[in-house]
Parts: sequence; C-alpha cells; structure tokens
Amino acid sequence: MTLPTPSAQPGFWTAAAMIAAIVLTSTAGEVLTAAAMKSIGDLDEIRAHSGLKGAIRAIVTCPLFFAGVSFLALAFFALLLALNHLNLSLVAPASASLTLVTNAIAAKLFLKENVDRRRWTAAILVCVGVYFLAH
Amino acid sequence: MAHQKLLPRQYLILGLVAVSAPLGDTCLSRGMSSLPAITLAHPASLIAAVFTPWIAAGIVLLIGFFASYLTALSWADLTFVLPATAFGNVIVALLSRFWLHEAISPERWAGILLITVGVGFVAQGPSLTERPPVLNPELDEALEEAIQLEQEQVR
Repeated sequence: MTLPTPSAQPGFWTAAAMIAAIVLTSTAGEVLTAAAMKSIGDLDEIRAHSGLKGAIRAIVTCPLFFAGVSFLALAFFALLLALNHLNLSLVAPASASLTLVTNAIAAKLFLKENVDRRRWTAAILVCVGVYFLAH
Repeated sequence: MAHQKLLPRQYLILGLVAVSAPLGDTCLSRGMSSLPAITLAHPASLIAAVFTPWIAAGIVLLIGFFASYLTALSWADLTFVLPATAFGNVIVALLSRFWLHEAISPERWAGILLITVGVGFVAQGPSLTERPPVLNPELDEALEEAIQLEQEQVR
C-alpha cells in the first residue's frame, strides 16, 4: 500500500519558517516545563508521600507548567501543519536536531544548568547523528 | 555537579520517553499525510484531524511520552533528558532493520553510531545540576554580606 505524499511541496523559506516555528515553540515549552518540574520536585517522592492524586495536584497547580504546556500545544499544531506540507523524513530530524541545540542554549541561559563540555559534545553528536539518520 | 546515579526504574522511564515519542510521531505522519492539504485559512480542519484514528493513536502515544517525560524532568536536567529522547530514532532504525528487514545505508549506520555515542557521553555524566538549597533569599543575601564584611575585617 502506498501512502499519498503531501500535495505540493512548499518553497525553501516556507519550509524553513514551518520548522523554525516548531523549534522555537517547542524550546519555549520544554524550558518552561523543565522549570516547572524542577520547582515541583521529584515526582516519585511526591507520589510516595501523597499518592498519584498528590503528584497530579502538584503539577496542575503550577502556573509555569501551564505556560509550558501552552507552548508545547502550539509546537504540536505547528508540527501537524508542517507534516501536512512536508515529509516526516525532513520535519522530524530537522526539528529534533535543531531543538537539541536551542534547548542546550536555553537550558544554560534560563535554567542555569551546568551544560559542560560533555553535554555540548553529546548535543552536537546527537544533532549530526539525527541528520545522518534522515539521509 | 555531583554524580547522581539513576535507579533501574528511572532508566525504564527514560526508555519509555525514547520509544513512545518516535512511534507517536510516525502515527501522526501516517494520519496527516493521508488527509487533504490543510491551510491556515481553515484551522478547524486541523482540529478535526485530531479525531482521525492514526492521529488519535499518535496522541495516546504522545500522552504516554509526556507523562514519562515530566517524571524524568522532575529528577534530571533538560540537557540530560533530551539526548535520551533522541535515542528513540536509533531504536526505530534498528527495529526497521532487524524486524522489518529494511536496508540501512552507511550514512544511517553512522547516524546510529553518533547518537549512541552522544547518549553514552551524557549518560556517563551527572543527571542533575546540584544547587545549594536556598531557604530564604533575603537571609541568603544577608549571609553573603556578613561573610564579605568579615573578610574585609580580616584584611
């Protein structure tokens, strides 16, 4: 069975704008979500003390979490729109590898994570690896 | 950064993060490519797409991904969890080679090797940036000022 390919392939700049929209919204969403989860604390420990309800309550009462989820929802619809016009073999690796780099930068700037040489190397190796995997 | 050793249960959570995301994306692609072209002029058709079987299956898998991703983020850094999610691409490529008997080009083997080395790199390191607990920021500032004052007096 052959699947219908996305109808007319958009131009370079339209494709780049679609991928940039996914990268920017998902980076904002992931950084905000990570900040929310760090402010909440270890979910396994919360679940051990207050049960699953307590863990869910801790998440849904955190405003940062909703800000993060809003951006992730935007990223999701940007992904759906891109998949409707572009091939998965382009959208998935391009957005995944670029998001890795933008997230490493954002995590260092906003989350003050210790992004040492080991993590930069890992981010770049994975980024290049995802690119190769798509070809 | 202190070395935070992960428990087997935490490795299982990272495995779920890695597997559910690419499977979910594949379902979404299968669903979206079978639909007619959607433009921003008709955003309602994008909402209607959510209720088609492949998109719905993709969403269920991505909800599973999100639950395990949130759990992982509560005990590990974002820059530790993200390379782990990329390992899912390797799992999908290996499944397609050994289960579906698809051919994998040398470039793809190179990609698999690079991602595996990258994930290995980050997995060997600490999972969380250690920060001193700050109970009261004002108290913390006062303590810092007192230390500076004491150092000046010693000089």
